[in-house]
Amino acid sequence: MKDTIEIRWHGRGGQGTVTAAKVLADACLSGGRHVQAFPEYGPERAGAPLRAYNRISAKELRMHCPVLNPYIVSVVDATLLDSIKVTEGATKDAIFVVNTSKDPAEIRTKLSTEAGQKVFTIDATKIAIECIGRALPNAPMLGAVCKVTNLVSLEHLLEDVKKSFGKKFSQKIIDGNIEAARRGYEEVKEG
Amino acid sequence: MAKIAAATGNEAVANALRQVNPDVCAAYPITPQTDMMQRFASFVSDGKVKTEVILVESEHSAMSACVGASAAGGRVVTATSSQGLALMWEILFIASGTRLPIVMPVVNRALSAPLNIHGDHSDAMGARDAGWVQLWSENAQEAYDNTIQAFRIAEHMDIRLPAMTCMDGFIISHSIERIEYLDDDAVKNFVGEYLQVNPLLDLGHPVSYGPLILPDYYMEFRRAHNEVMSKVAKVVLDVAKDFEKISGRKYGLFETYRLDDAEIGIVILNSAAGTSKDVIDEFRGKGIKAGLLKPRLYRPFPYKEIADALKHLKAICVLDRADAFGGSYGPLYIDIATSLYGCKEKPVLVNKIYGLGGRDYLPVHAEQAINELVEIAKTGRVKAVKEYIGVRE
Repeated sequence: MKDTIEIRWHGRGGQGTVTAAKVLADACLSGGRHVQAFPEYGPERAGAPLRAYNRISAKELRMHCPVLNPYIVSVVDATLLDSIKVTEGATKDAIFVVNTSKDPAEIRTKLSTEAGQKVFTIDATKIAIECIGRALPNAPMLGAVCKVTNLVSLEHLLEDVKKSFGKKFSQKIIDGNIEAARRGYEEVKEG
Repeated sequence: MAKIAAATGNEAVANALRQVNPDVCAAYPITPQTDMMQRFASFVSDGKVKTEVILVESEHSAMSACVGASAAGGRVVTATSSQGLALMWEILFIASGTRLPIVMPVVNRALSAPLNIHGDHSDAMGARDAGWVQLWSENAQEAYDNTIQAFRIAEHMDIRLPAMTCMDGFIISHSIERIEYLDDDAVKNFVGEYLQVNPLLDLGHPVSYGPLILPDYYMEFRRAHNEVMSKVAKVVLDVAKDFEKISGRKYGLFETYRLDDAEIGIVILNSAAGTSKDVIDEFRGKGIKAGLLKPRLYRPFPYKEIADALKHLKAICVLDRADAFGGSYGPLYIDIATSLYGCKEKPVLVNKIYGLGGRDYLPVHAEQAINELVEIAKTGRVKAVKEYIGVRE
């Protein structure tokens, strides 16, 4: 495992991308690790493209600037693939996790990834609609990112989803999100 | 047992204020105020803290209410940012001139126009000579720790001056990091009880605050203020020693990083210091002796101590996240230049203005500064004393 794991999230306002980065940071605190989670601040508008970042490390995190060379790129909205170069700055061994119903092979071609880079796909929006009743793909995306990075155990992540969503939402929504995160973990596909 | 959490800088400082449990908090509740005061107000609503919150119609009123509450005898806090601090400016001097130990976290953000509320030091730099103590913080942990220590410094019987604790807007205030909270009891015991020595509300001993002082005494007051300021550094160090006992974390007047054997150095405030330290490690790996100094106590500025820490260097780049117009240099540069002026052998100094209005400070900017310092140390030649970096030409 690398010293510091750097993650870049691409989403649109209103999809819970920033919340996903926050929940992941919280879950990764275990084992004495240092964490960061922060969005790129701009005018906050539903539907507008946004980025959020995570750093996770056993060492103190002193860098206070956006992640420029992500090892993990999590694309919460696949329509962004047409307008934003999500591969920009990604490491040679970067892992892409994309919310799409398409095959990993198709996304790999679309992204023109390098040989050492991996592409995973997950139909997070479909899972969200089935589990929560709304197209809020952040929980299944968290499950998928958790699976491919192995940063925290699924149980630990679900605990944190419960804790974070528990502050604001009803039991039904919390249960739906936990189920969605679990399915994201289980259904993510590599190609 | 300390509690580890992932929290934003605002959340961390709001928790520090909750743990201190001040008597009064007067604050303006709308932008440029940040969610720090919203979080603190929630603690009050939830009964987690006994503070009386006064929501006012402007920052000018916020500071005025703080002045009144502090003179009345209370332990008083507020918080602000950007234009809010600018609007307080008049009353800042009344708080300090009246020797009221108000504690105010400041989320450093830009001044208008153009309208911008992103990370920038122009707000607090504009208030640096308002007679307040200023502590600056690199990250959420330091912002939390400095806020707790600020009460002991401000309320110390040799000082009794208001104090601001500064952290970078958004970069720290709104970003989540690992933070180690002290126990509520540990903070409570550390700050202790506050006793106003001449409270307005002590009706048995009536006192006047804010009387007219004519030319026959005004200057003596001002000089006395300066005398008090000269005692702040010692108190800051004493408080830091006590704080280390409960936290295990060391604080000084400033932090040095790989500076003792360095030949070239960067001087920089707040969050950008962290990014610079990582870059310094890279250059050290290549055999380049670079170091860093990050001021913590910015007012009163420890001129002599900082000069002693920097004078052995060949070249220094002072990076400012605030500009000074009118042909001048960045405020930090001016202070560093002043501190080194009296040294026989002086390092060559250059000034870079960076990160205004939230422009990212990236590792490449620190690299650029260090590469230039290497060249200056070799040749002694400076191409420009003041330059803007990370800016479109």
